[in-house]
Amino acid sequence: MENDTGTDGAVVQIRGVSKRFPGVQALEDVTLDIRPGEIHAVAGENGAGKSTLMKLLSQLERPSDGTIEIDGKRVRFRNPRYAQQLGIAMVHQEFALAPHLTVADNLALGREKTRAGLIVRGSQKQRARELLERVRLDIDPGRRVESLSVADRQRVEIAKALAVDAKVVIMDEPTATLTEHEIDDLFELIEELKSDGIAIFYISHRLEEVVRIADRVTVMRDGKVVETLDKGDFDESRLVSLMVGREIDNLYPKQESEIGDVILRVQGVTRPGILDDCSFEVHAGEILGFAGLIGAGRTELARAVFAADPIKEGTIELDGQELNLSSPSEAIAAGIGYLTEDRKGDGLAMQLSVEHNITLARIPGAGMWIDRRREREVAERRREELDIRTPSVRTPVEALSGGTQQKVVVARWLETDARVLFFDEPTRGIDVGAKAELFKLMGSLAADGRAIVLISSYLPELINMCDRIVVLRDGRTVGEMNRNEFDEERIMALASGVDREAA
Amino acid sequence: MSTHAGASPRGGLSLGLPDRVRDRMQDIASQLAAAGGLILVAILLTIASPYFLTSNNLFNIGVQVSIVAIIAVGQTLVILTGGIDLSVGAVAGLGGILGTMAIAKAGLPIAVGILIAVLAGAFIGFVNGVLVTQMKLPPFIATLGMLGVCSGLPFIVGGENAVYGLPSGFRLFGEGQIGPIPLPILYLIVIAVAGHVILKRTKLGRYAYAIGSNQEAARLSGIALNRYLIVIYMIPAALAGFGGMIAASLVHSGQPNYGNGLELNVIAACVIGGASLFGGVGTIGGTMIGAFLMAVITNGAVLLNITQYYQEVIIGVIIWLAVWWDQVRRRRLSAASEQMGRRKADGDGDGDDGGEPGGGARGGGSRAEPGSAHAS
Repeated sequence: MENDTGTDGAVVQIRGVSKRFPGVQALEDVTLDIRPGEIHAVAGENGAGKSTLMKLLSQLERPSDGTIEIDGKRVRFRNPRYAQQLGIAMVHQEFALAPHLTVADNLALGREKTRAGLIVRGSQKQRARELLERVRLDIDPGRRVESLSVADRQRVEIAKALAVDAKVVIMDEPTATLTEHEIDDLFELIEELKSDGIAIFYISHRLEEVVRIADRVTVMRDGKVVETLDKGDFDESRLVSLMVGREIDNLYPKQESEIGDVILRVQGVTRPGILDDCSFEVHAGEILGFAGLIGAGRTELARAVFAADPIKEGTIELDGQELNLSSPSEAIAAGIGYLTEDRKGDGLAMQLSVEHNITLARIPGAGMWIDRRREREVAERRREELDIRTPSVRTPVEALSGGTQQKVVVARWLETDARVLFFDEPTRGIDVGAKAELFKLMGSLAADGRAIVLISSYLPELINMCDRIVVLRDGRTVGEMNRNEFDEERIMALASGVDREAA
Repeated sequence: MSTHAGASPRGGLSLGLPDRVRDRMQDIASQLAAAGGLILVAILLTIASPYFLTSNNLFNIGVQVSIVAIIAVGQTLVILTGGIDLSVGAVAGLGGILGTMAIAKAGLPIAVGILIAVLAGAFIGFVNGVLVTQMKLPPFIATLGMLGVCSGLPFIVGGENAVYGLPSGFRLFGEGQIGPIPLPILYLIVIAVAGHVILKRTKLGRYAYAIGSNQEAARLSGIALNRYLIVIYMIPAALAGFGGMIAASLVHSGQPNYGNGLELNVIAACVIGGASLFGGVGTIGGTMIGAFLMAVITNGAVLLNITQYYQEVIIGVIIWLAVWWDQVRRRRLSAASEQMGRRKADGDGDGDDGGEPGGGARGGGSRAEPGSAHAS
């Protein structure tokens, strides 16, 4: 880790930095440097200290020990605004833009040019135009941020970093919400920034992206730097083993299971403007994948089947019986479960305990009364069965890691005896090790005769885990293929609609 | 048992204690500031005034606090769901007028008059619930409107004058005693215990926490949101009708302007007691401590001859301190537990920074929670 410390010409030099929180050593003796015009990626499992490191750089936190130098000068720690003045800008994972303000206003936020206390609008717009041009975003700076697509918002965010003449731009999971195509565009832009001499400090879970774009990678584990590798010295599997500290033999533990009868049959489901004549079926013991671009209607279709949103037309049959569902509670009673895409947003009650989250959909008891003893038993049983790593079932779920939280959600749905389970982007925000574990769990659920629907934006997941894949585009089910026909390019073509003529 | 108020950092207090005891300790810790304040003020007053720690005075405090505290039991439920009921003061006034008119003007039995006040309150709460769930009004607006309606109605129904001519038996309702204990204190004990049991042992209570913690997650878990929310809004309003009748009994008349501003004391009691206006966090015990803290300060001010204006200022400052303390504590806990959660759950990750990548794109039911608002 200390092979080339103290390099001259480093724009940022982090030296022996440690950060302690009460009872926890979040960072320990971290030394690394960022050079001008390089893309320096940081890889590590969650909890490895990546986000703490970012927080120190952007001065949201201050180190307990060690120093950070910028252009050879030791920096003092004040606040994020001071970090910006020093040339460190952060592009947030969830964009830190004010949605109701215009693009120009956002770009000038905190640095408004004023005359006699009034904002000078003209020069602000002009400046915004220049910045937007640098990030190759061709939009009117007078537009409100809320009207922009996610990818465009991200560009505005990057433009904001340029507005402060950043020398280092920290990007935290910048591709998490982008489509393949948008990712390519983003990488082009990153290369341009790089050629302007701007250093990019790139944080991502997606190792293939790291391998593709980074000039150097620093791998972290347990708050320490494991190693910093130059381009050519790393590939995905090397990074994984360094991150995890052991070999992970199988990222996608697919379990072959007996595929039985059709459990769920969905026909012609339509929600005006959102879903159009969607049909699919899923068998007992099967893992069915939903592939498609963001906005193709995968989540919406799952929600429609689960009766979280009303449908206008279409039939849903379970075991050959037509269902007429009008609310999630009826769907649950019928045996359908839906694990939401956004655990924090609509999956878990974060302040409630593990136990209460597990039983939320079906609380043991009679009538209005809760049988707390049985509730405890249920929670303890699931905790053991799914290996939910929590100090106690009474711990609030907000204190748990993402992978553990995901298991709590799974436990809730198992408790409802669901026979059809929709997993909507279940691996989002969880680590390699936890992912493999979750996939294993999905496999054993299928092997028990349940029908599983896996929604994922990450094709390798679908291709490795599913028995069959249904492709959606623009709210329609446009294709379907079996495991032996899986082909990444064909799925992408169907999902993006480029081969319509060719087919 | 566990109020999720105290996000327990792992290991923090373990000391090998059983879960139950540990949770209880955290429960208490979450109310420590208010409870500590209450004890401190009580000790100071005991020293400052020989009269403070007499059973007479303590019962006096109990009677004075009873109405606010009774209504606050219901308000706690509403606040737990992330809502608020601003109309409780006005409902107390309206309930008092309707109940006393039923007794004095219509000649109905006292018990029936009280029942009418409670039912009128429950009906108003029902309307509040419908405004919130069906018309999708923010609770603040729904109940602000109801505050207006119910402030005007007593005058429209009963005219400008107070309702007099109540039978002397009605005095007993508010002034009676069982043994040495005044009835309003007994009512409070029964209602507070019932409220506590509802929160901890029934689905209604559990759902109140769940809805306040994450409404969409609750809905997607199959909870019939609207039905539960309507029932929850009926509770403080019904209790306000009841409280209005206690007040009427104490002054032996129905006062059309009674309850003016009462809602603020009720809400203050909940907030001082640790309930979060963002929902999901709060307990009946905490609310009771909050109510008694305010009452003891008022009482002390009277004993020490401090004008009313000072107590109002003091209570205002206490509200600030209570919420500030709560946030400091929460921030510290969440920073610590975030880190520990990662470290201890070996090989098992965490959404790196509390941020779900999908959140920005979808913007579903998510919203900021005070608990997760760590410095960022």
